[in-house]
Amino acid sequence: MDGIEQKDTEEEAPSVIDRYYTRWYRADMKGKPCEDHCILQHSNRICVVTLAETHPILQSGRTIKSINYQISDGCSRLNNKVSGKSKRGGQFLTDFAPLCRITCTDETEYTIYSCIRGRLLEVNENILKTPTLLLERPSTEGYIAVILPKFEESKSITENLLSREEFESVVSKRNVAESQPS
Amino acid sequence: MLPLKEKDKPIVQKLLSAGCCARCILRFCCIRVQATYRRPQQVGPIRHTHTHTFAGLTVTRLPLREKGLVLDKDDIIPLKEAFKWIMQGLVSKELGGASALEVGVEFTHKETDADCHFLATVCPDCFKPAKNKQSVFTRMAVVKALEKISDVKFLRHFPCPPTQPSSCCSPQGVQCLHLSVFVAGRYNKFCRSLPQTPWLIDGERRMESSVEELIAAPVLSTFRAEGFNFSSSGREDVDVRTLGNGRPFAMELLNPHRSRLSRMEMKQLQQTINESSDKIRVRDLQIVTRDAMSRMKEGEEEKTKSYTALVWTRRPIQREDISFIGDIKELTLDQKTPLRVLHRRALAVRQRVVHSMNVHFLDPHHFHLRLKTQAGTYIKEFVHGDFGRTKPNLCELLRTDADILELDVESVDVDWPPAIPE
Repeated sequence: MDGIEQKDTEEEAPSVIDRYYTRWYRADMKGKPCEDHCILQHSNRICVVTLAETHPILQSGRTIKSINYQISDGCSRLNNKVSGKSKRGGQFLTDFAPLCRITCTDETEYTIYSCIRGRLLEVNENILKTPTLLLERPSTEGYIAVILPKFEESKSITENLLSREEFESVVSKRNVAESQPS
Repeated sequence: MLPLKEKDKPIVQKLLSAGCCARCILRFCCIRVQATYRRPQQVGPIRHTHTHTFAGLTVTRLPLREKGLVLDKDDIIPLKEAFKWIMQGLVSKELGGASALEVGVEFTHKETDADCHFLATVCPDCFKPAKNKQSVFTRMAVVKALEKISDVKFLRHFPCPPTQPSSCCSPQGVQCLHLSVFVAGRYNKFCRSLPQTPWLIDGERRMESSVEELIAAPVLSTFRAEGFNFSSSGREDVDVRTLGNGRPFAMELLNPHRSRLSRMEMKQLQQTINESSDKIRVRDLQIVTRDAMSRMKEGEEEKTKSYTALVWTRRPIQREDISFIGDIKELTLDQKTPLRVLHRRALAVRQRVVHSMNVHFLDPHHFHLRLKTQAGTYIKEFVHGDFGRTKPNLCELLRTDADILELDVESVDVDWPPAIPE
């Protein structure tokens, strides 16, 4: 195998996410302050819905009481079943389709939304068993769901989303607003 | 003497009155003696001089007309067989026994074109329109519908025996192709930016060349073939090298104008390929038979593969921290379809076994991981965990974030094709 260049032990190689995914953001989802979602879009158009680092669930040392994928009487995301290469049978989602409801131990409740149009492929059942995954590793093992946009829409779904730079500027404006003397 | 018996007499008479020709009568009586088809006059005891009209010969209509004649017999001789028994000898005599050829003959018969359309009303679920089909009435669909339809229903729509056609079918042309030649070998890939097959998106090439094109070019020109189908025992990603003895592959050469090469010439061809590029290398190049293709696909499912991975860890490690990995044997993984291939594969969980591993420490953030695994194991996902969708994974075992920087295939443990000593 080729030798590796001397790497500073502090330096990190680009992660799997950096190499294959683009980060897109939806800030203040449904008008609720800071309920930011991060969509990881793979180069093959598959999208992973995750909480952005700024989401309230990840702040103030909150812990999770329950996660519920039953979003209405007739619909549980856990019942989603896809079959075959074309993923027939997956629930079709629009931007504001709820994926799950999360209740924290301080009784605050949050709904996580799809943010993009597409077919639901799977929801993360690991966080039902181990909710701490969501708190400790929200961008990887603590993902919420995997969605496959329609082929024709794979470029247009990002039109309503913010790029990383745009999101960072939105967040820094919030921090400025907060620190303004009222 | 004809092999027709007394019990066949009533069948023969019924068929004759329906206008059936001599050869088809033989077919419906399940006569397997090929020579009788070449002497149609002697349908004894009744002498018959009418020549064969190939009525209802075309692919879709034939099963229909045969059902109209014979509702319930499985062992009648298929028309294609009888046709071959008659024509094969005559054609090869004309060609003077030249090299192996595949001759294709096509006929149309406008009169009976619409005969089978009634099936669509009776069994609509057999005839679903699909993107690439010109007509819904494919042979498969018609055969399926004929199996489903009850005899009673069939007789309501189609006469038994069928009406005699008034015209002959017309030949659309004859195609002559050389029989394919199959070339097999093993290939090495030394480049980390070479796809196995051409990488095109929307008709635009995304990466230069490919393993199959580099191997095919000299082979096609040596055999003077018009095209090829490349197949191999598994595949590696663009950025993965294939070392060791290499990966078995086989190529079908289409319509080759040259079909025989001596051992020396094959060796020469192998050398030509190896000299043409330093990105790949070929060995054990040889001509094989058609069923070789399936031998090679065996390897894909059943055999083991060995790899070396360059692993990066977030937390600093020491030699002792990773030595336990060498003791792990027969580790069963549950791998959900990796996200990076999920757009073209079904979502499923696959169980795969990592038979053994060993490690070679490099520095506090890097080590080499050697693995021997079951065919079909996704190595990259075993290392980084794929969002926790492969369990167990190396991150869990080492209790740190880990990533794979480089991967090499060290061996594909399939003992085919046979090795050719250099």
